[in-house]
Amino acid sequence: MTARCLIEPGDLSTDEILHLVRLAGSIIRQPERFATRCTGKLLASLFFEPSTRTKFSFDAAMLRLGGQVIGFSDPATSSSSKGETLADTARMVESYADLIVVRHPREGAPKHIANFVNCPVINAGDGGHQHPTQTLTDLLTISAHKGRLQDLTVGVCGDLMFGRTIHSLASTLARFPGIKLLFISPEELRMPQYVKDDLAQKGVPFEESTQLESVIGRLDILYMSRVQRERFVSEEEYLRLKDYFILTKEKLSLAKSDTIVMHPLPRVNEIAADVDSDPRALYFAQARYGMFIRMALILFLLGLEKEGDLA
Amino acid sequence: MINVSKLKKGIVLDHIEAGQGFKVFQQLGLDRLDDVIVLMRNVESTRMGKKDLIKIETDLTLDLNVLGLLNPGTTVTYVEDGKAVRKLKLSLPEQVEGILSCKNPRCISNTEKLGPVRFTLANRERKEYACEYCEARARL
Repeated sequence: MTARCLIEPGDLSTDEILHLVRLAGSIIRQPERFATRCTGKLLASLFFEPSTRTKFSFDAAMLRLGGQVIGFSDPATSSSSKGETLADTARMVESYADLIVVRHPREGAPKHIANFVNCPVINAGDGGHQHPTQTLTDLLTISAHKGRLQDLTVGVCGDLMFGRTIHSLASTLARFPGIKLLFISPEELRMPQYVKDDLAQKGVPFEESTQLESVIGRLDILYMSRVQRERFVSEEEYLRLKDYFILTKEKLSLAKSDTIVMHPLPRVNEIAADVDSDPRALYFAQARYGMFIRMALILFLLGLEKEGDLA
Repeated sequence: MINVSKLKKGIVLDHIEAGQGFKVFQQLGLDRLDDVIVLMRNVESTRMGKKDLIKIETDLTLDLNVLGLLNPGTTVTYVEDGKAVRKLKLSLPEQVEGILSCKNPRCISNTEKLGPVRFTLANRERKEYACEYCEARARL
């Protein structure tokens, strides 16, 4: 690995994250300035498991920068179905492309690929492990709507045990001063101990709650995630608990007027449809921010930024 | 009683938990050395009742930090000219390779052919290490 890669949020310094957020802001304001920046560059998009949002977002980001995209979204159409090792697939792709974006069900697969190639590799999700560009998307959304990434009370609600986006977001937000975290989940799906250990070590205050209503009024940001049926031991348990973690218009009425509601999507039933029209519901805008931050990331990793980009 | 002559230059690994000596021998890769090495098992010990002991006659500098994880009670003594010149205070190593394996069935290290996986100390109290690929916690 010789090029800069993004395998996990820890690969970026806090200053670099702030830089990417600012660069994305410039792209949002004046997209035409960046429309041909990646002309002649090729992004290889290797999706070893299905994804609609993330793949489209990366493809759209590269195309809007004037670059081109190759790749697959079904591993059955790649040589891995013939038994090719991931390392060999990566070396082959590197000989064609300038940048590799990879999603893989195996945790650590993008890091493994990055060990074998010399071009930048971006982790677009590896199993339940990391999804760093989702974290960047979340930070851009927060920055764009709150004007800051510090001094915020952030509630994360739903499946906190298995939600990779939640773990990444919590540990990345913990780098900024004045962040308070509220974890809202059923007992069965509480935030893993190692994430809490990490926060305690960094001195980041956090609380745990099993009721959304009791804490929603204190939040600047409510980050919802899916409570998946298959995570519960029994159907009865799921039915008993699921409503506690569904955001309805009624529950949202207890929140502050400037609280923002985020969700990595896809949502199933954890946010009622009648919340969508509330101006505080940002999850669809959030998806759009995802494309802009990926544009910024591509420019950063390919070294294609120019002086004055942030102006 | 078997007598082993005094070491002139090398390293003595003493107070290894009885029965663990061979495991320590393997984990340190001592089988790959050409030096004279003696592994003694079930040696009488006032403090431990029984203990294992390894004497290595070598000029090489061995990385013995891994003993802090494998057998933290081990006493490591460096010998020169037949005299003990330095003792190594063992602590948990910050990183280990080839000692732990990842138990996470979804980890890439369990499907692709990889070299030795590096684990980094994640929780000193619980002696937990994080897999370099998936960060899943592992203990010895």
